[in-house]
Amino acid sequence: MSPLIFLLLAALTVASALTVVVHKNPVHSACALVLTLCLLAVFFVGLDAQLVALLQVIVYAGAIVVLFLFVIMLLNLQVETRAMAGALLVGSAAAGGVALAALIFAALGRTVAPAAAVPAGFGETAALARQLFTAYLLPFELTSVLLLVAIVGAVALARKPT
Amino acid sequence: MADAAITAAKALFIILLVVQVMGLGVFFERKVSALIQDRIGANRAAILGFAGLGLVNTLIADPVKFLLKEDVVPAGTDRVLHFLAPVLSLVPVLVTFAVVPFGDVLEVGSRTINLQAADLNVGILYILAMVSLAVYGVVLGGWASNNRWSLLGGIRGSAQMISYEIAMGLALVGVVLAYGTLDLQAMARAQGHLLWGWLPAWGILYQPVAFLIFMTAGVAESKRIPFDLPEAESELVSGYFTEYSGPKHLMFMMSDFVEVVLVACLVTTLFFGGWQVPYLVRDGFHLPWGAALALPSWAVALLQVTSFALKLVFFTWLQIVIRWTLPRFRYDQLMRLGWQGLLPLGLANVVVSALVIVLAAGPAA
Repeated sequence: MSPLIFLLLAALTVASALTVVVHKNPVHSACALVLTLCLLAVFFVGLDAQLVALLQVIVYAGAIVVLFLFVIMLLNLQVETRAMAGALLVGSAAAGGVALAALIFAALGRTVAPAAAVPAGFGETAALARQLFTAYLLPFELTSVLLLVAIVGAVALARKPT
Repeated sequence: MADAAITAAKALFIILLVVQVMGLGVFFERKVSALIQDRIGANRAAILGFAGLGLVNTLIADPVKFLLKEDVVPAGTDRVLHFLAPVLSLVPVLVTFAVVPFGDVLEVGSRTINLQAADLNVGILYILAMVSLAVYGVVLGGWASNNRWSLLGGIRGSAQMISYEIAMGLALVGVVLAYGTLDLQAMARAQGHLLWGWLPAWGILYQPVAFLIFMTAGVAESKRIPFDLPEAESELVSGYFTEYSGPKHLMFMMSDFVEVVLVACLVTTLFFGGWQVPYLVRDGFHLPWGAALALPSWAVALLQVTSFALKLVFFTWLQIVIRWTLPRFRYDQLMRLGWQGLLPLGLANVVVSALVIVLAAGPAA
């Protein structure tokens, strides 16, 4: 990915991510979230991770945010009136922002560019699956159990008390 | 430069093919429905007395009428999202065709052109990703219209599309297991083998259950009868696109028909050999009893593209006939079919397919 395209996309991503937070209308915020997720997927493509990019779009943009929208619509949220920004809120937000910026700069200082080009087949489904089912088999299977627990929990909550 | 031009030409070709088949789909919709209901059907519009069996009506008069109609935006709508919704509904579906192969290879001079606009190794996931984005057109169209029927349609639509995407994905898992690849072109090529020397090894022979699930879920994805709850006209006026007129309404209609063509495309490619013509390989026909007929590369490519287009038209026609044959489901029936019918069937299909493949491959290689 050329630096110019990267900067353009990065600016767009940050702008749409900010829109998610600051927009008054929850539906618009959700739409901006979809845009942010799709732009992140573009970055994954730029990093030779097509599979991750598509999973990002299928799972997050295509399913999870649709459910967000679903809830927003069912609750019929009106345009949200902005909460009064108290001094405590502004102060803690500013402190959090400064801390985050410090973290990001510290992390950037330690980042090194990869020494060699990525090997052939990097990021392709076969390579990723091989890693997943050999080196990371236990975490992978544990995650599936975690998801199962979440599903069972959701069903248990949704069942009417008898 | 030449590579870019070739890719552009391939993309243009597949889009034009899709739009042509879509037009034929609209024509079937009018005329086949008329045949089924014992009517005459669209026959009013004519150019110099030539009605062309209703083709003038469906392919020229209807689109022109749609494009020239006033674009009414009702009061109280969210104007930005109201404008974006039809675009978000049509564009994601149109771009999926980039990974659909419409032929094997075409040899021009020293160049071998792969007849597929975009050669992605994650082809089928790309289609799933884009189709999963198309739901936003429905949801936002329903919400932005500031109309209760629209909102109900949008909510029904999003729930339906998400539910059936799961069944569709599970059907595709079975197919991917059978072919061992996510690339549609590789899948189409794999179907060129012959079983017992004479039977083309089309996907339907390996994955009949996946075909049934995929076809059902596909019809549900395109939101047409018997799955047209989101736009049920007897209940919701026109569902999520009630408040749309003119070109925007046309875009919603188009996206429905393009989805029909997409399902036809995928059914053809995954289960019915794609562009394969039985016994036709790269250098001509090789019939099972030994006869052979050598053909130049362009003739082979032409036959393959024609075969693909004909299969596409057939499955588009089939979906139109399904739409005019079956009554609409109730919403609870729709959800029961999706979650209690197709989903367990899809899971069983995945498990059985995986077992058969592992057992056929023998002990761990």
